[in-house]
Amino acid sequence: MTEPRDPQRENAEREHPIPSLHTREPSEAAPGGEAAQHQPAREAIFQLAGVSVSYGDKPAVRDITFDIGNNEITALIGPSGCGKSTLIRCLNRMNDLIPSATVSGRLLYHGEDLYAKEVDAVEVRKRIGMVFQKPNPFPKSIYDNIAFGPRVLGMKGSMDDIVERALTRAAVWDEVKDRLKTNAFGMSGGQQQRLCIARCLAVEPDVILMDEPCSALDPISTGKIEDLMLELEKEYSIVIVTHNMQQAARVSDKTAFFTVELDADQKNRTGRVVEFDDTEKIFTNPGDARTEAYVTGKVG
Amino acid sequence: MSAPGQAIGAASTSRRVKDLAFRVAMLSCLGLAMLLLGVLIADVAVDGIGHLSLDFITSDPSSTASQAGIQPALWGTIYLMAVCLLFIVPVGVATAIYLEEYADTSKWWNRMIEVNIQNLAAVPSIVYGILGLAFLVRGPLSLGQVVLSGGLTLGLLVLPVVIIAGREAIRAVPSSIREGSMALGATQWQTIWRQVLPAAVPGIATGVILALARAIGETAPLIVVGAATFITFNPDGLASAYSAMPIQIFDWVSGRPSSPENDFGPLAAAAILVLLALLMSMNAAAIWLRNRYEQKW
Repeated sequence: MTEPRDPQRENAEREHPIPSLHTREPSEAAPGGEAAQHQPAREAIFQLAGVSVSYGDKPAVRDITFDIGNNEITALIGPSGCGKSTLIRCLNRMNDLIPSATVSGRLLYHGEDLYAKEVDAVEVRKRIGMVFQKPNPFPKSIYDNIAFGPRVLGMKGSMDDIVERALTRAAVWDEVKDRLKTNAFGMSGGQQQRLCIARCLAVEPDVILMDEPCSALDPISTGKIEDLMLELEKEYSIVIVTHNMQQAARVSDKTAFFTVELDADQKNRTGRVVEFDDTEKIFTNPGDARTEAYVTGKVG
Repeated sequence: MSAPGQAIGAASTSRRVKDLAFRVAMLSCLGLAMLLLGVLIADVAVDGIGHLSLDFITSDPSSTASQAGIQPALWGTIYLMAVCLLFIVPVGVATAIYLEEYADTSKWWNRMIEVNIQNLAAVPSIVYGILGLAFLVRGPLSLGQVVLSGGLTLGLLVLPVVIIAGREAIRAVPSSIREGSMALGATQWQTIWRQVLPAAVPGIATGVILALARAIGETAPLIVVGAATFITFNPDGLASAYSAMPIQIFDWVSGRPSSPENDFGPLAAAAILVLLALLMSMNAAAIWLRNRYEQKW
């Protein structure tokens, strides 16, 4: 979504920075937000150093270097085709499913190399969950959708409790508690996406990756999911790819701005991170001219 | 570009005539096909309907036309179909899973397997009979002319049908389901066994029923592997001699001299009716299954 190009409005934004776009509660924005900027950086849950991904011999992203903080929402923004989805899929080794994809560089999760030989990708995905752009419930009942993860992972405990807890945490329990055995396809788009989030929560991950989770949803569902994200942030770390700049401004603590650059040989276009900083700074006082051009809507 | 204000008129007469002519031609072809089928069935029905009775189904063949029945042949067919089913389902589905989920298509041997399955579906059935004779009845396995070798021969014949239908059904399951499953921490096998296969079952079941419907009418391979043309007992196990419906029909139509007192023609017609009834109910079941459980992604 690009904002209308209006010089007056751009100036106004600079004078009235992001807090006016936030829909967060003041109690959250003021002490928590301000204090975080002055505290030492929170413990990093992911540390990326020179991460590059290629599909076959076509490079997709190059030299991505930044840290993702614990219990924070980190947004990856940027125009289409600059590798945001490719990068987020590296974080839970979903790119392993694509035979031609090669990942290089160093990607640490809690200090351990995610791509070390002895690391099992299946174990990685238990700890790092993912919600996709288009809701993808399984063709089963709502109950079986949620129960699938715990069952295949052999989680102990009452399945009914696990299902209820997951659906409650995803703020969809009240809507579905009377029809748990009906097919998940009967839900609306927004409900299906919250079901997918509940499904992800049921296996108790540390991190939730969200690849444009709201782009296929209406504004009301989008709002509900954004509220959900702010709730979940207290217990999980969230990384979200979004095309919606206002959404990034509304929910995230840190933002990474991606762009596409022509390679040295002028043939391939690769994605790179231009700037990574606190969300407030990215949107009010970005360091790089390209970032500024994007967040003010000068380029799409 | 048309001038503003110009009304959008009707199509020209010649275009409408051509459209109509094409429709008439198509419907005539359809009518011809239906007519031929109808004439065939009517002819058989007229000949054979008088002989359809419980006695017919429960009697053994005999040299006397009035006492002959199809019981051993019918049971033979049922046994053959059972053996065929037990063979084609695990082997066919496993092959389909391997080709769709595990095989790396850049490797030449996987591409060769794919091409060969298409070829195998087109091989004449008598060649399968010879294969069965050489490897199952005689040769390495030496099972003899028994139900097991007949059933396995038919199984080999229709296996490509199951594999192809199975692949279609598995391929129709969207990758978003697989991704969603893997993203939760499921292994590839867990994803296949608990998500992909259950979603593909209607397509696979339809393929299996159509395969059996093909196998039920095959005569040439059974003749080669030694189904008996005159047998007066029902098969008593996998290692038993056997007959089959198509063989019995073949025997009554051309293998046995008919005289006016001992006319086997109407008997053959009646047997054909029984076989057709079996076939049509299997096809109907396949269509019903597909319509009822087909997942529209």
